[in-house]
Amino acid sequence: MIRFIIRRVLISIPVLFIIAALAFFMIKKAPGGPFAKERSAPPEILRNLEAQYGLDKPVYEQFYIYVKNALQGDLGPSFRYANWSVNDLIRSGFPVSLELGCWSLMIALLIGIPAGIIASIKPNSISDYIPMSLAMIGICLPTFVMGPLLVGVFALWLGWYNSSGWDFAYDRVLPALTLGGYYAAYVARMTRGGMLEVLSQDFIRTARAKGASSVRVIRKHALRGGLLPVISFLGPATAGLLTGSFVVETIFDIPGLGRYFVTSAFNRDYLLLMGAVMFYAILIVFMNLVVDVLQVWLNPKLRFD
Amino acid sequence: MSALPKIDMALLQVQNLRTSFYTRNGIVRAVNDVSFQIEKGETLGIVGESGSGKSVTCYSILGLIPQPPGRIEGGKAIFDGGLDLLKCSSKELNKVRGRRIAMIFQDPMTSLNPYLRIEEQMIEPLLIHEKISRDDAVARAVQGLTEMGIQDAASRIKSFPHQFSGGMRQRVMIAMALITKPDLLIADEPTTALDVTVQAQILELIKKRQADLGMAVILVTHDLGIISGFCDRVNVMYAGRVVESAGTHDLFYKTKHPYTKALQKSIPALQPKGAELYTIPGMPPDLSKEVAGCAFVPRCEFAKPECNHPVKLLDVESDHSSACLRVQRGDLKL
Amino acid sequence: MAETLEPNLVELASLENVEKGTSLWKDAQHRLFKNKMAVFGIVVLGVLALACTVGYGIARKAGLGHEIQDLALGASAPSAKHWLGTDPLGRDVLSRVLYGGRISLMVGVVATATSLIIGVLYGAIAGFLGGKVDSILMRIVDILYALPFTIFVILLMVVFERSLLLIFIAIGAVEWLTMARIVRGQVMSLRHQEFVEAAFALGLRKRRIILRHIIPNVLGPVIVYATLTVPAVMLLEAFISFLGLGVQAPDTSWGVLIKEGADAMEEYPWLLIFPGAALALTLFSLNFLGDGLRDALDVRASKD
Repeated sequence: MIRFIIRRVLISIPVLFIIAALAFFMIKKAPGGPFAKERSAPPEILRNLEAQYGLDKPVYEQFYIYVKNALQGDLGPSFRYANWSVNDLIRSGFPVSLELGCWSLMIALLIGIPAGIIASIKPNSISDYIPMSLAMIGICLPTFVMGPLLVGVFALWLGWYNSSGWDFAYDRVLPALTLGGYYAAYVARMTRGGMLEVLSQDFIRTARAKGASSVRVIRKHALRGGLLPVISFLGPATAGLLTGSFVVETIFDIPGLGRYFVTSAFNRDYLLLMGAVMFYAILIVFMNLVVDVLQVWLNPKLRFD
Repeated sequence: MSALPKIDMALLQVQNLRTSFYTRNGIVRAVNDVSFQIEKGETLGIVGESGSGKSVTCYSILGLIPQPPGRIEGGKAIFDGGLDLLKCSSKELNKVRGRRIAMIFQDPMTSLNPYLRIEEQMIEPLLIHEKISRDDAVARAVQGLTEMGIQDAASRIKSFPHQFSGGMRQRVMIAMALITKPDLLIADEPTTALDVTVQAQILELIKKRQADLGMAVILVTHDLGIISGFCDRVNVMYAGRVVESAGTHDLFYKTKHPYTKALQKSIPALQPKGAELYTIPGMPPDLSKEVAGCAFVPRCEFAKPECNHPVKLLDVESDHSSACLRVQRGDLKL
Repeated sequence: MAETLEPNLVELASLENVEKGTSLWKDAQHRLFKNKMAVFGIVVLGVLALACTVGYGIARKAGLGHEIQDLALGASAPSAKHWLGTDPLGRDVLSRVLYGGRISLMVGVVATATSLIIGVLYGAIAGFLGGKVDSILMRIVDILYALPFTIFVILLMVVFERSLLLIFIAIGAVEWLTMARIVRGQVMSLRHQEFVEAAFALGLRKRRIILRHIIPNVLGPVIVYATLTVPAVMLLEAFISFLGLGVQAPDTSWGVLIKEGADAMEEYPWLLIFPGAALALTLFSLNFLGDGLRDALDVRASKD
C-alpha cells in the first residue's frame, strides 16, 4: 500500500512538470501579453519585472526562472491587481473556492447517494423513476443554466436570497445547490448503477439465505461494492467541482480562485494565470491520488497486486 | 431404510409448487406443480438437467427468487408442520433462513462476498439469529472451520475469499451454513464447480456433519453418480415436473420412468466397457411453451400417442411414484 | 450494414439463437425501439436537427435572421411576429436559438467524431498489439489523463485565435482519452476470449477476425460512448462560450445565448429560458438515447 502511494506520488511530479511547462509556453505564446495593454501596470513594476524575469531572454530560461522562484514560494505579482502578489490572491481566493467546493460536494453526496440507493432497491418502479428522472434533469441543466434559474426563482422572484455575493452565510446556499445539485445527479446515477450491479451478484443471495434483513444486506454487503463506482467517479468529479466553480463563481460573483482564473485568462494576467493553473493542477492530481488509494483500500481484490 | 409415515412428521412438505418467470420471450414455467416432502434426518436427492427446475424449486422454498421477473404462482411449502414459507412475512422467513434451513450454492467464489473477510461472513448467521458476543461467535466460526478440515483456522479465518482455493471456499460455505445447526440443509450442486478429487471429500464432510447434527439434507445435482452414495430418496425432475420419486436403491434397480433410464444410460461409468457413449436424443424443452402431456415425449423411445394426454405423478409401487402414463397403466416394463 | 453481420461464434453456440436466428444487431434494434425514452430522444433530436437546419432557412425566408437587429424594437416578449421574443438589440430569439443550435450541434458532432477517430485507432492498436506497445501507449494516456483538461481547453482558447476549428480540435483532443481506454479494454478482452481463439484455430485470417468478430463487439461500447460524448462535448462548448472564451460574434451558440440571457435575466427572462431549454432538451435526448443504446447492446442482459 505504501509502495503504491509512493509510486503514485513519484509519477505525479513529472506530470505536474509537464503541466507547468505546457501552461507556461502556451501563455507566453498568447498574443497581447500584459505589457501590450497599457493599463496593466505602472512602469516601475514593468522594469522590475523585465529585470527579474528576464523577459528578453529565451522562453526556456524564463521558464527556468519561473520554476526556480516558484519552488521558493514566490509566484510573482499580479499585473491586473496592482500591489497584490499572486500568492496573496491565491491565499485570499482559495479558501473561498474550497468552502464552495466542500458544500457542493456534501450536497452532491448527501443527496446523490441515498437517491441512488433508493432507486436501486426496486428497479423500474416508481421509487426508481422519480429519482432517476430528477437526476437526468440535473445532468441536462448545466450549472450555467441552473444557476441563473435558481437566482431567478429564489433571489429575484421570491427574494429569499441575494443574487450574488459571498458576505453572508446564506449566500452559500444557491451557489452550493447549483454546483452540488449537478454532481448529485451524476452521483445518484452512478450509485444506482453500482448498487444494481452488486445486488445482482450471487453473494447477495447467500446473504439473504442466511436470514439477513434487507437493511443488513444493503448496509453490510451491497454498499461496499456498490459505492465503488462513485468513489472512482469522485476523482474526475473533484476536478469538475473545482473547474465548475469557475462558472458558479462568475455567476454569483464569488471572490474565489476560479473567478480569478477566468478573469486572468481574459486579462492576460499571466503570472496569476500560471499560479492558478498550477494550484488547480496540484489539487486535481492530489485528489486523483487520494481517490485511487481509497479505491484500493475498499476493494481487497486490488490490494494484492 | 425405514418405512416413512406420510403426513405431519415431515420436516418440509412442498405441495403443488408453481414458479414462473415473465421474460421478453414469454412465460417460462420453471417449476410446474411440484410436490414432495422430506423427513427429519433424511437425505433427499433432486436430480435433473439444467433447466429442469431443480434449483428454482429450492430457491422458491427459501424465497430467493427475484420477484420480478420471477413469480411464485401457487403452492405451499409447509415447514415443520406449521409455517407456510411461501406465504409468511419476510420477518418470519428471515427467522427460518440461515437458522433452521440453510443453503449452500454451486459456485463458492461468487457466493462469498469478495469484499468481506471470511470471519465477518461466517459469524454473520450467529449475529443475526443468536444472542451471542462477537468473540464467542468468532470462536464458534473457527471451530466450524476446523471441523471442515481447514488447518490453522484461527488465522486463516481473517483472509478474504479470493485467497482460498475452490475446495476450501466450499468448505467455508458449508461451515458457514452449518454454524447455526440448522434442521435442513439445501445443497445446490455443491460439487459441480470443483475438481473430481475434491468432490468426494466435500460430500464426505457434508455426510459427517449431517450425522453429527441429525440434519436433513436436500442435495440438488445433475449427476446421478453422486446420488447413489449419498441419498435415501431421489426425485427426478424434468421440464419443471417431478417425473419419478423413489428410494435410491429402487430408483436404480427398479427404474420406472424412461427419462431416469436414459439418464442412467448416459453415465459412462455404469456402462459395459467398450459400449458407445449414449446421449439422450433431442434437446431440452422450451419451458415457455405449454405442453399438453408428458414433456419428455419428443425424446422418449417409448412414447406413444396417448402420452400426449395430461399425466400426474402417481404411486406405481409402494413408495415409488412415476409420471409415465404407460408405466402407470402397466403398459411398459423398463 | 447491420443486417448482414453474422452472429458471432459465442451466440452460435447458444441454442436459443440457433432456433431463432436472431443476430445481435436485430435484437439490439428491437430492444432499443421498445425503450420509450430512447425513442423519444431520437424523435426530439430529429426535430431539433431539422429545425436548426431547414427551420432556420425557412425563418430566413420569412425575413428573420440571427443577426438582424431592430434597435427601435429592443427587447420584447414572445409575440406573433417573434415567437420567442427579441433581445436588447431587437434580434429575433427564435432565429438566434436555431442558428446557435447549428453551431452547438455541429461542435458536438464534429468534436465527438474527432475524438472517436483518434480514440478508436489509438485504443485498437494498443489493445490488439498488446505487450510493450500497449504499455507505452497506455502510459501516455494515463499521464494525459492526469492533466486538468478544462483548464487546458481554456488556455488553448486564450492562446490561439478563437475559431470554430480550434474549438473542434481542442474539445476533440480532450475527449479521446476515455474512448481510447474503452476501446483498448474491449479489444484486449476480446482478443483473449475463446471465440477469437476458436477463430484462429479454424484458420481464419487476421483481417477477417478483426472485421467479423472483433469490430462488431467493439462497436457496441463505442457507439454508446460516442452518443454519450456528444452531450458532454456540447456542454463543454457551452461552458467555454458562457465564459466568453468560445464561440465569438457574429456567430453564436447556445452557450453564448445563455450567457446573454443570464445577464439580462431579471428583465427579460425569456432570453435565458429558451436557449437553456433548447440545450437541456438536446442533452436530455442524447442521454436517453445513449442509455437506451447501452441497455440494448448489453449482451449480458439478453438472457433474462
